[in-house]
Amino acid sequence: MMQAGLHALLSHWWRRPFQLVTLLLGLATATALWSGVQAINTEARASYDRAAQALGAESRDRIVARDGAAINQDDFVALRRAGWLVTPVVDGRVQTENGSIRLLGVDPFTLPGGSLPGDLADTALDLSFLTPPGQVVVSPATADRLAGTDLPPIVRVEGVAPAMGYADIGIAQDLLGLRGQLSYLLVLDDQPLTRPSLDTIAPDLRVREGQGQADLARLTDSFHLNLTAFGLLSFAVGLFIVRGAVGLAFEQRRPVFRTLRALGLSTRALLGLLMAELLVFAVVAGALGIALGYLIATLLLPDVAATLRGLYGASVEGELSIAPVWWLTGLGISVLGTAIAAGSSLWQVARLPLLAPAQPRAWAMARERSMRWQAVAALALAVLAALTGWLGSGLVAGFAMLGALLIAAALALPLILHGALRLGGRMARGPVREWFWADTRQQLPGLSLALMALLLALATNIGVGTMVSSFRLTFTGWLDQRLASELYVTAEDEAQAGDLRAFLEERSRAVLPIFSAEGEIGGLPTEIYGVADHPTYRDNWPILSAQPDVWDRVAEGDGVLINEQLSYRDDLSPGDAIIVSGWQTEVAGIYSDYGNPLAQVLVGMDALDRFEDVRRTEFGVRIDPSETGALTDALIDTFGLSPDAIVDQARLKQMSLSVFERTFAVTGALNVLTLAVAGFAILTSLMTLATMRLPQLAPVWALGLTRGRLARLEMWRALLLAGLTMLLALPVGLLLAWVLLAVINVEAFGWRLPMHLFPGQWVLLMGLSLLAALLASLWPARRIARTPPADMLKVFANER
Amino acid sequence: MNVRHQWTPVGPVRAATLALMAIGGLAGPAAAQGFAGMGTDAEGYALPQPGVAFSFPADHGPHPAFRIEWWYITANLEGPEGRAYGVQWTLFRNALAPGGTDAPGWAATQGWMGHAALTTPERHFVTERIARGGIGQAGVESDPFEAWIDDWGLSGPSLSDVRMTATGPDFAYDLALATDRPFVPQGDNGYSVKSEAGQASYYYSQPFYQVEGTLTLPDGKVQVTGDAWLDREWSSQPLGDDQTGWDWFSLHLDGGEKLMGYRLRDASGDDFFVSTWIAADGTPTPYEDGHLRGTPLERTEVAGREIPTHWSLALPERDLDIEVRAINSAAWMDTSVAYWEGPVTVTGSHDGIGYLEMTGYE
Repeated sequence: MMQAGLHALLSHWWRRPFQLVTLLLGLATATALWSGVQAINTEARASYDRAAQALGAESRDRIVARDGAAINQDDFVALRRAGWLVTPVVDGRVQTENGSIRLLGVDPFTLPGGSLPGDLADTALDLSFLTPPGQVVVSPATADRLAGTDLPPIVRVEGVAPAMGYADIGIAQDLLGLRGQLSYLLVLDDQPLTRPSLDTIAPDLRVREGQGQADLARLTDSFHLNLTAFGLLSFAVGLFIVRGAVGLAFEQRRPVFRTLRALGLSTRALLGLLMAELLVFAVVAGALGIALGYLIATLLLPDVAATLRGLYGASVEGELSIAPVWWLTGLGISVLGTAIAAGSSLWQVARLPLLAPAQPRAWAMARERSMRWQAVAALALAVLAALTGWLGSGLVAGFAMLGALLIAAALALPLILHGALRLGGRMARGPVREWFWADTRQQLPGLSLALMALLLALATNIGVGTMVSSFRLTFTGWLDQRLASELYVTAEDEAQAGDLRAFLEERSRAVLPIFSAEGEIGGLPTEIYGVADHPTYRDNWPILSAQPDVWDRVAEGDGVLINEQLSYRDDLSPGDAIIVSGWQTEVAGIYSDYGNPLAQVLVGMDALDRFEDVRRTEFGVRIDPSETGALTDALIDTFGLSPDAIVDQARLKQMSLSVFERTFAVTGALNVLTLAVAGFAILTSLMTLATMRLPQLAPVWALGLTRGRLARLEMWRALLLAGLTMLLALPVGLLLAWVLLAVINVEAFGWRLPMHLFPGQWVLLMGLSLLAALLASLWPARRIARTPPADMLKVFANER
Repeated sequence: MNVRHQWTPVGPVRAATLALMAIGGLAGPAAAQGFAGMGTDAEGYALPQPGVAFSFPADHGPHPAFRIEWWYITANLEGPEGRAYGVQWTLFRNALAPGGTDAPGWAATQGWMGHAALTTPERHFVTERIARGGIGQAGVESDPFEAWIDDWGLSGPSLSDVRMTATGPDFAYDLALATDRPFVPQGDNGYSVKSEAGQASYYYSQPFYQVEGTLTLPDGKVQVTGDAWLDREWSSQPLGDDQTGWDWFSLHLDGGEKLMGYRLRDASGDDFFVSTWIAADGTPTPYEDGHLRGTPLERTEVAGREIPTHWSLALPERDLDIEVRAINSAAWMDTSVAYWEGPVTVTGSHDGIGYLEMTGYE
């Protein structure tokens, strides 16, 4: 019986292979987008962890030279011999013909247990590591990249951070050209009971306190949450397809279920068979989805890596490593998605009345009945979204609000379309037109899931598009203000800085020192910049809000300017008191500082002297833009500055913009994918409906409408529904954009952006959605046009 | 890098020896033989030869042609009201590669390891330092004598008059050691055989130091006086392949005599127990295997192992029949190569104090 039952159930898919393909593709797509995004997030986080673990360096105090230069190796020995337990590190970049790596030179003798990643500890005390030619230990992926270069022998060790290499300190000194010099010393745990102060041993050195290891993770959290939200959205859109396909398949097999039950198959056995069938589909589609997800992740990862590097300086391996757990979660999500999508259908089967007549239209009718419930749910979610927006705070609340908003809009869609179609029907004149409106309304339930998916995709597109374009517009304007100097020059040390300044002053309109120090506000690291009292700042600096005499106050040391991020973080407004590394002062103004993950404070040049270890090596130069090339050459010739130490405004802007563009490249790609999925959803819905609609079309045909006319009406219907959906998506999308700009951005990055409207984008999107609908309806319309009249006639001969 | 895992030897002679080996273990193929790899092949290194007289002060300095070497001092000290303390100061040198020279800078192939410990009847403080030669962080010079690793030092005008210092996170000591007695060669005039198969080392001692100085403990400083014992030993393959560890005694007897004895335990049960009786004037009488006999009387669980902390020792030729007890049975050296080392009391036919070192108990 079971076998016969299984055979009967499966035969459905033989007869409707396209439905099977739809189901599998929908599920695979949902799984792919979700697992792709997860793969990217996981890879990025693993990279941060590896980087953070590099020597445990972030969390340990460091000893550095006061002037930021290298440390003499003899100072290391002197400190050790005085009882300071420190371990030396050289840290620099090594260029090879296949790109560069960051090379850390370590001393395995004094570096404590657990400070090296992965299995490196097992390698580092090997004589071949310690003595020339030495070894460079890198990750397998980096090893592949460096193959054939003239570095010392490469050793592959899993778990080493990407684009990073470890070597013995002596080997690294030679590779970096730093013989006898150290970059910094790490201060180890368990210092001896007594030891002399650092000043008495090496007065040129200072201790820089370690930062929390979780810094990178904290900074990038919002970015990953963004990605996750997108992954979830795509997953949801994919599930709409699955839900549609499963619902349809169950409805069409209702007579089969009834017959099987009547023949003695228990409800439990029937449900078991159906679940087994779905499980097989879920696993097959899941596997396919994971493969697709891997492909998506591989394609997107370079952009994500570039973004993270640009925004946060986080290094992420450009290659994916596939962990078994990733496969398992991918399959898990696929099965879960199937369960969600098929839950209500299974429930209906479980309660199937044995003797109820076959109702081919029952599915659609039931959908109509459920509309009321949808309306209630939509309203509840809308209220929830409003409440979250009003009461909630934090990124998660922001995304919860977005989610509630989108789902509410999706649930309300059929209802609104229903109303609109009814309205259209009332205004229609003539039987064919009236039939067209009524028939469209009648079809709505079958199409509504696909249309909901389209609404989500379109709204997201409008929302994200508006956000990105608004941001770009603001960002470009901000760059023009912020980068007012024509040339930015960094000296190698303070002695050179003095000469450099004198040199520049003779050859420019103004030299603006950009001196800085590290400080803290409320225990968190803060950048402190000294700002010269110069019209360049007064005229250009992107102030958001300020006291009237802000620049005078800053110049006199009566107040400071803070960046927007800091103002949101600590809830500061102009006039509020603030303590910067122990200095009690006042906020004189707030400026925008896009792209900076850290708090920043601008102080007057005189006030800067109160902070420790000020770097006085960077200058902005105001000259005629046409003279930048000549001055750059002069600087290189006179001071031997490396080209990296001189950046002109144009290049800086270009670099900033390219970081910006890459940041949103991923967003754009996911956007397009989502839209494609939605288009596919419409296609599948229309195609399945086309076969079911014969009984409704046959009478109209019989009344004299040609098949060609019917087919054209079919296409108009698709266009009408897509157009209406787009119109509804517009306000939803704009609301979404507002939430992204005013809530999510503030929470995630600490800046609020003005919203700009881009009607051109909307027109384009309308065109796209109509095109998608047109394409999707093309094939079903063709089928209608080619249905043999004999099939039409059969409708009257048997009632199916 | 986890020194502990990296340097822990696979298999199981004096802890010091062992320790050196620990550093040595990092060079070349994994040494699975003997405690701390001390049974490893000595290819490329110099080997001790019998009949070579010591030359001082040159032999107080390092012998880089040999694989391993140590400067090993233990001191039995007494504070106010007769309270007993023990102090250990050890510097191991371990060549990472044969060659006998030490390249300057980071490419140096000499590893150095320091162990310092301070034992009270209730507590045991221990700390460790590791360094490489070549950059000045650790080393030994013979004249004037100085041995150092980081801020720890054994510095004299000469090895007969040194200041010994070390600090750890929770203790420190600063002691003056002096003696007018000669250094005492062990074994066959300094050639000390370690197994039936002929493994051997150069070995001399200075068991006659008088000590005074200051200990710094968590609850304050303590003035102390007492006796100290120096062992100097260098070799390239000091243990036989099957020797799994040792029990090493260095005892100051009340009559002014000193007794050094060690049992090298063999995996086959064929232990090797040799000793040296040192008269109060410094004249040594070595005894080959089979004279000194020792039996553990009581074991204490330390660091998850059963360690014999109470012993019976007998040397019939000297009418010696004594019991040796740990002052603090938890004197576990939780260092890269872990072992037990602590001060002991001697009772029986002779009374006295001393140090016991036990390695290779798993």
